[in-house]
Amino acid sequence: MCGLTARMFGALVLVHAAGSARAETIQVKIENLAFVPAEITVHAGDTIQWTNADIVAHTATARNGGFDVMIPVKGKASIVVKVTGTLDYYCKFHPNMVGKVVVVGK
Amino acid sequence: MKFIKIAGALAAMVIATGTASAQGAKPTDPQIAHIAYTAGQLDIDAAKQALAKSKNKEVRAFAQDMQRDHKAVNDKALALVKKLKVTPEDNDTSKALAKQAKEKRDELAKLSGAAFDKAYIENEVAYHKAVNGALEKTLIPSASNAELKELLQTGLKIFQGHEQHAEQVAAKLK
Repeated sequence: MCGLTARMFGALVLVHAAGSARAETIQVKIENLAFVPAEITVHAGDTIQWTNADIVAHTATARNGGFDVMIPVKGKASIVVKVTGTLDYYCKFHPNMVGKVVVVGK
Repeated sequence: MKFIKIAGALAAMVIATGTASAQGAKPTDPQIAHIAYTAGQLDIDAAKQALAKSKNKEVRAFAQDMQRDHKAVNDKALALVKKLKVTPEDNDTSKALAKQAKEKRDELAKLSGAAFDKAYIENEVAYHKAVNGALEKTLIPSASNAELKELLQTGLKIFQGHEQHAEQVAAKLK
């Protein structure tokens, strides 16, 4: 009984440690000229990956110059976010496409 | 001037359609496909002229975007009409668009440097505005095939993006 509790406790600690230390990859789909979801909240150190399902290429370009990637047709592109804060972004080719990334601390 | 002319051609179409629709007729899918394809091809031709004449980095990048996007949409349109076994049908609106685009190309051919850049981008704003208006008010509502309608709707969103992009470039040239 005692041993089981200790093992369970150990497992819980492990899960918790993994949860806070391991950076995640957050997916944003681009379909029909829209970032889906349009707004995401991520932790500093996480990766954002855009997947483009449209028939034309797009970009994810931060208004403050923080990132600028091109996502080809049927392709993917990703960035790692490092600094906390709110980043508004858009597509340079189609400025009617807008999104937002909120980066919080770990 | 160009805007007025293009708007004129497309407005004529809207009016013609309006009159015709009272009698139960509207532009057919083969006509709609032809108009949309022609409008895209004319913008590719305009982009080619800009790439041959302009040295402005922003203008050239914009023209390359137009060439790439309109080709992508037109390739989809061609694949769709083939699949649907629809033969695009030439019509007065397509003819008017082509005629006016040629006049504009001839006019722009006489310009160079900053004057060309400004005239090209201003025409791109006006052209996309006119075509988007026609798509929204006439072509999309008139399309009967669901897949054609969907492609036109996707096209409209892409071209609305172009309109905003052109406005941004135009503002920088001023």
